[in-house]
Amino acid sequence: MNRNTVNILIGGEAGQGLATLGETLTRALVRAGYSVVVTQSYESRIRGGHNTFAIRVSTNEIQAPREMFDILVALHSETLELHRGELSSGSTVIVDADLASEDSGFIRVPFKELGSVRFENVTALGVVTAVLGLDQRIVAGVLEDFFAKRGREQIAANLDALEKGFRWIWGREKDLSRLQAPDNRVPGLMMNGNEAIALGAMSAGVKFCAFYPMTPATSIAINLAGNAEAMGIIVEQAEDEIAAINMAIGASFAGAPSMVVTSGGGFALMTEGVSLAAMTETPVVIVVAQRPGPATGLPTRTEQADLEFVLHAGHGEFPRAVFAPGSVEECFHLARKAFETAEQFRGPVFLLTDQFLADSYRSVERFKLDELPPVNSCAGSVVMTRRYRHYAVTDSGVSPRLFPGLSEQCGAPYSSDLLVCADSDEHTESGHITEDLSLRKTMVEKRLRKLEGMKTKIVPPDMQGDPDPDVMLICWGSTKGSVLEAAAELRARGLSVATVHLSQMWPLAPEQLVQVLSSAKLVASVEGNATGQMARLIRRETGFAIEKRILRYDGLPITPEAILGEFRYV
Amino acid sequence: MVTIEDYGNFKTAWCPGCGNHSILEAVKQALVGLQLHPFEVLLVSGIGQAAKAPHYLTANAFNGLHGRALPVATAAKLANKDLTVIVESGEGCVYGEGGNHFLAAIRRNPDLTVIVHNNQVYGLTKGQASPTSAQGFVTKAQPRGVFTMPFNPVSVAVAMHAGFVARGFSGEPEHLAGLIQAAIQHKGLSLIDVLQPCVSFNKVNTFAWYKKRCYEIPDHHNPTDREAALKLADEWGERIPIGVIYRGTRPSFEENFPVLDRGPLARRQVDLDELNTIMEHYG
Repeated sequence: MNRNTVNILIGGEAGQGLATLGETLTRALVRAGYSVVVTQSYESRIRGGHNTFAIRVSTNEIQAPREMFDILVALHSETLELHRGELSSGSTVIVDADLASEDSGFIRVPFKELGSVRFENVTALGVVTAVLGLDQRIVAGVLEDFFAKRGREQIAANLDALEKGFRWIWGREKDLSRLQAPDNRVPGLMMNGNEAIALGAMSAGVKFCAFYPMTPATSIAINLAGNAEAMGIIVEQAEDEIAAINMAIGASFAGAPSMVVTSGGGFALMTEGVSLAAMTETPVVIVVAQRPGPATGLPTRTEQADLEFVLHAGHGEFPRAVFAPGSVEECFHLARKAFETAEQFRGPVFLLTDQFLADSYRSVERFKLDELPPVNSCAGSVVMTRRYRHYAVTDSGVSPRLFPGLSEQCGAPYSSDLLVCADSDEHTESGHITEDLSLRKTMVEKRLRKLEGMKTKIVPPDMQGDPDPDVMLICWGSTKGSVLEAAAELRARGLSVATVHLSQMWPLAPEQLVQVLSSAKLVASVEGNATGQMARLIRRETGFAIEKRILRYDGLPITPEAILGEFRYV
Repeated sequence: MVTIEDYGNFKTAWCPGCGNHSILEAVKQALVGLQLHPFEVLLVSGIGQAAKAPHYLTANAFNGLHGRALPVATAAKLANKDLTVIVESGEGCVYGEGGNHFLAAIRRNPDLTVIVHNNQVYGLTKGQASPTSAQGFVTKAQPRGVFTMPFNPVSVAVAMHAGFVARGFSGEPEHLAGLIQAAIQHKGLSLIDVLQPCVSFNKVNTFAWYKKRCYEIPDHHNPTDREAALKLADEWGERIPIGVIYRGTRPSFEENFPVLDRGPLARRQVDLDELNTIMEHYG
C-alpha cells in the first residue's frame, strides 16, 4: 500500500542513538524531496528515560505534527507500552524480537543477531528505509556525511549496520507502508527553528552573542559559535544571564549587532538589562525560547506561557517589539526583522519561540541570501557638524547613532566633539545624568515616540481562508501549522473556516484585528498556555472578547487533533 | 598634545572632601600622561557615588546598572579593542552586586583597567555596610555591628592570578596616577583597589585613619613573586601597603579571538560566500 503521508515515531532511552536515527532519516527524506515535520520530545536527562523523535513525512506540503502513527520504531519496551494506543490502522511496529511476541503488524528484528547493540539504531534505520521504500543510497550518503568527522572505520561500520537492517527486511515483508515517490520536488534544506534563527541572525549581520546555557535556546549559540570564525562573530558563554545581556548591550554600544538567547528562567534574570537597553537606547535582540514554567518547570518540553512576561518585562515604560515566528522559515525572516528593528529603533527586540519550534526539523527552501542585505546600524545617522548627542531629541524619537572610538563609521572624522555617552540614569541629550524634571518628561516622550515608528512596520497578521467564516481560529507563534491543518480538515467537513496567525505580538494593529475578528460567527483562540494570554492581550488592546479558547499546557505542542477535538459536533 | 583641559572640569554631586575628587584627578592625569585622546577612551561604570565619575570627565562613557559595569566593559572591549576601556565604580558595585562578574572578569582577563573606589561604606544609599566594611562596624542597618567578614579584593585577585593587582589611596593622588598609568599599559585585567574616606558616612575609616596606615610598597618587592604578593595582599590593620602588589603574565582575553585581528567588529561585513556555504550544510 503506497501512502502520500506517513507518520513515524521513534522511541527509546536517552543514549540509544535516537537523535542520530531520527536526524539521519529526516535528512534522507528531505534529500529525497519530501516535506517533513519533526517533533522531539525528551526528558531532562542524558541517559535512560523515555524520549521520542516523531517524523511526519509527505509528498505534499505539511506543516504540523499528528498524534496517530503509521510506523512505530520501539528501541525499548517502554516505547511500545506508552504508544500502543497511538497506532493508526494498518500501522507497522518495528521492534527488537526480544521485546514483543506479537506478529500482526509487527516487524520483530533480531538486532542481537544482526550486530552490536551499539549499531542497533542504524540497523533500525536500515529496516525503516526498506519499509518506507526509500532509496538506500540516499540514506547511505547521509550517514557518510553524518559520520564524516569520525573517520572511515566509523563510516564503514555504520554503513554495514544499515545494510544489515535493510537486507534482513528486504523480501521478508510484502505489505509495507511504502511512501509514494515525491513529485519532482527540488530537495530543500533540513533545518529546525533554532538553526534558522542562527542563520537569519548571521544574514542580518550579528557580530556578538552572549548566553548562559539553557534548554531549549542553547543550540542557537552553539550554532553561531561553530560559524564564528567564518562570519566574524564573537560568541561568549557568560557567567550568568545578567552578564549575558549586559555584555550584549556593551558590544552593541561599541558597534556590534548583538543578541542573547535564553528561556524563561534565564530571561527572568535579564529583565533589568531589558530596561537598560531601553534607557540607554542600545539595540539588542533577545531570543526567548519558551518552555513550561513556573520556575524550572518542564525543562525540555514546550509551552507558550511567557508572552505576557516578555510583553511586560523590565521596569519603567519604554517601547519594544515582540516577534513570534510560526514556522522555520519565519524563524529566519523574523530573526532578520528583529535585528533591523533593534538597530533602527535602538532598543530591545524579542524573538519568542518555544521548544517545539526550536527543535522541529522541517524541509525548507533555500533562502536567497544574496538578495537579503545585512542591517545598517548607521541607517538613521547624519554627518555631525557639531557636538554629537547620543540622545538628540527628534520627531521620530530616534537619535543619530555613533559608536565610541569609531566616529568615522557614520561619515564623520575622529574628533573629541564626537564622544558617545550612554546613561542608565535619566539623562541629557548628550547622555549625562540629570535631575531636570522637564527634560525627564521630554525624554520619556522621545523614547515612547519610537513605538509610533515601529507601528508603521508591523508584520501584518497572516489571514487565510473563507470570508465571513463560521469559525475563525486565531493563534500566534509555533501553533500556526496545526491551526492551518485543522482549518483545512474542518473545511473538508463543510464548515467555513478562516485562520489568523500573529507573528508580531507587539506593537499590535488593533483596528485591523477588530475588523477581521468581527467578521466571524465564532472566534476561537488556540494557544499553548493555560490562561489564554494572546486572547487577553487582544481584549486589552482592542476590547474584542474571544469566546472560545483552545488551550494546551501539558508540555506537548498543539496538534491539529487537539483543535479538531473541540469541534467534534461538526 | 593632550592636556588636562581636554578632559574637562565639571561640577560634581560629590561631598566636599570626598576621596572621589582626587581619584578623578588621578585618572585625568594618567590619561594625559599616556597622551590618550578623550575619543580613544571609554569609561564604564555601574551605580553608586563613584559610578558617577564618567559624567565628570570628557570621554566616551557608559554608565550602566548597579554591579554590571564589568560585563558591559568586557564586551565593549571585544567589539572594539582599539578603545582604552576603564571601569570605575565603588566596592559595593564591583565586589557586592557584581561579585560574580568580578570573579569571571579575573578569569577571562580582558584588557580593562578596573578602578574600585573603596570607602568601606555605602554612600549613595546613605551609610549601610559594604562588602569591605570591618566586622563590628555599626550602621543604622547593622545596629549591632557587621557580622560578616570583610571581602579582601586584593587577596582574591592575587589568588586567582589576576594580571595586575594594585592598591592605591586617594590621599596620595600622584602615586595613584602612576598606578593607573601602569594599569592602563598592562595588557589584561588590572585591578586597582583605591582606599578613600567617606566624609559623610564612615566616621571610623577617616582620611587620618588611612593616612596613618598606608605606606608605599618598597622597591625590593617583586610583583611577579606570587607568594610575596599574597603576603602583602593580606596585610591590613595597623599597616596597609599601597602600590603594585602582583603582576601576572597571562595573555589578555582578546588574544583568543583571531576574528579581532581584522579590527573592530562594527566594520566587519557579512561574507555572503561563507554564509551560502554554511546554509548548504543543511542540504
